[in-house]
Amino acid sequence: MTQQQALYKYCLRLGDDALIQSYRLSEWCSNAPILEEDLALTNFALDMTGRAQALLGYAGQIDGQGKTDDDLAYKRGERQFYNHLIMELPNGNFATTIARLLFTSTFEFYFYSDLMNSADATLAAIAAKTVKEVKYHMAHATDWTCRLGDGTQESHRHMQSGIDHHWMYTGELFETDEVDAILQDRNIAVDMASIQQRWHQSITQVLKEATLKIPAGEHMQSGSQQGIHTEYLGHILTEMQYLQRAYPEAIW
Amino acid sequence: MELMEKAGKIHEELLKSFEAKIERGDAIEPRDKMPDAYRKHLIRQMSQHAHSEVIGMQPEGNWITRAPSLRAKQILLAKIQDEGGHGLYLYSAAETLGISRAEMIEQLHSGKAKYSNIFNYPSLTWADIGAIGWLVDGAAIVNQVSLQRTSYGPYSRAMVRICKEESFHQRQGYEIMAKMMKGTKDQQEMAQDAMNRWWWPSLMMFGPHDSESPHTGDAVKWKIKRHSNDELRQKFIDKTVQQAEVIGLTIPDKDLKWNESRGCYDHGPINWDEFYRVIGGHGQCNKQRMAHHIKVHNEGAWVREAAEAYRLKKEKQLLHS
Amino acid sequence: MATDSQLAMWEVFMQSKPGANYIHAGCVHASDKKMALQNARDTYTRRGEGTSIWVVPSDAIVASNPEDDDMFFDPANDKVYRLPTFYVMPEGAKAI
Repeated sequence: MTQQQALYKYCLRLGDDALIQSYRLSEWCSNAPILEEDLALTNFALDMTGRAQALLGYAGQIDGQGKTDDDLAYKRGERQFYNHLIMELPNGNFATTIARLLFTSTFEFYFYSDLMNSADATLAAIAAKTVKEVKYHMAHATDWTCRLGDGTQESHRHMQSGIDHHWMYTGELFETDEVDAILQDRNIAVDMASIQQRWHQSITQVLKEATLKIPAGEHMQSGSQQGIHTEYLGHILTEMQYLQRAYPEAIW
Repeated sequence: MELMEKAGKIHEELLKSFEAKIERGDAIEPRDKMPDAYRKHLIRQMSQHAHSEVIGMQPEGNWITRAPSLRAKQILLAKIQDEGGHGLYLYSAAETLGISRAEMIEQLHSGKAKYSNIFNYPSLTWADIGAIGWLVDGAAIVNQVSLQRTSYGPYSRAMVRICKEESFHQRQGYEIMAKMMKGTKDQQEMAQDAMNRWWWPSLMMFGPHDSESPHTGDAVKWKIKRHSNDELRQKFIDKTVQQAEVIGLTIPDKDLKWNESRGCYDHGPINWDEFYRVIGGHGQCNKQRMAHHIKVHNEGAWVREAAEAYRLKKEKQLLHS
Repeated sequence: MATDSQLAMWEVFMQSKPGANYIHAGCVHASDKKMALQNARDTYTRRGEGTSIWVVPSDAIVASNPEDDDMFFDPANDKVYRLPTFYVMPEGAKAI
């Protein structure tokens, strides 16, 4: 694998994470428990769509075959997507979504904080912008985790089950492969081991404050880096890519 | 007898001073004395307006996950988010009249409060997103611009803010339509089809003809409403016809023609039977929209309860620490 | 729960740029301070309208009563000596 190929895939991984997560959050539009929260979740979806544009656009440049951000978002199939599995899982109830957002935004906060020092100037610039956004997502998710965890018995039960449900998908966030190795050698990619440590520390603290338990399960799901996804991704793409697929000649 | 006469006199004097204030063009503020009918009219109109913004999120939300480009998705998300925000501004403004948001939502669910009829039509294709932005928001803006000068301060302030933000909404819709009319034959047909389905309901948004409108009298006298239904409808038609022509869309009204002597367009008869049928609950989506709102409201109850419970817990802890 | 509270109401004040006055922007509903601040941010700064936000529980606002307008505000109308234009300055005096 060349550095160019590695960088291309690295950008796809990050871009797909943003794209698919924004898809899920955008499904909350007109579905949130209170109007104010509807606006908040839509804001996050907008942040992520913007990030997907930047990262997929950059991936297209690296690839050098004239592909745009839209080409990459709308014209790849299931096996060519590299987002982490956790991003594509259905929203569930509000607590389920908050649990995922807590896990992913905390991950993204540490990840992009480190990526700001990347030797790749474009990635570093995208990271600098993203860090500000995900810091807010993390604060929002942390606050809601505490409210729901330490709210009523019912909300505690929902929140704990959201945490338990997503737990086995968190290990994958820190997986590395050849792509990471090549780019880390050149100070482009970040060190996942250090991020995992900080993530674990932060999550442990938040769950404790929220009177929630860290799940005991050790087994972690995996596969996205080979483009092996849950069955849910296919349905997302079916819906998301529908117009582009049905009218390939059209420009929208 | 004497007492009643006295009370009647006080009431009359208050009404006189209220109407003098309106006459001078002063804004009415929440703590000012106002006739009950004024308050009631405002609550009815403002809550209906707020509910419309919120229910309007549904037909547009229907296309978020299928938006055909990242740019289109972003714009649509931002727009629907604005609608939610506008609902929120309007609920807040209505709350200054002594009704809570919870009560307004209750009235919506019980059918006592209404929302704009237009959202009982389905959004079937991507071109509908264009038509909703261009025609529906276009019609709404004509009304909203006029309401910026409404007599109730909080309502007027909310409308000023809303108008500022809405200005991109109509453009995004028109841009979608323009792009599709420049596109493939499929796209052009889709755009014209959306135009055909949304044109007449958009005209109905302004409400019945002035001669038939039951609420206009007091609302005009008290400057809640600054222009009549027909005036606003005419304004909308006159500016939209030219926009349709520019991008090659046909307005589905064979009687539409320029009236030289009136200096505006004449239009064909509006199907008021359809209007009253949809208002009466028999539109394609009335049940669906309401069922969705009720479901979301009920499903969110435990979240709102948890937030309250958490606050109480924390306050208690603070007290004991 | 008998009544659905929709959470408490808060007044939102925004500062458009550092140094400017805080101006009332509107309201949000929220159960606690943090939520009120975040909801205000998500509702009222979507277009970069602000650099700083205050939120205040609506029931903490004390407002003057319109019926007291005459005693509250009219007496200030004839105190023109509080305005700089009231004073006659000798011709030729500078920087005063």
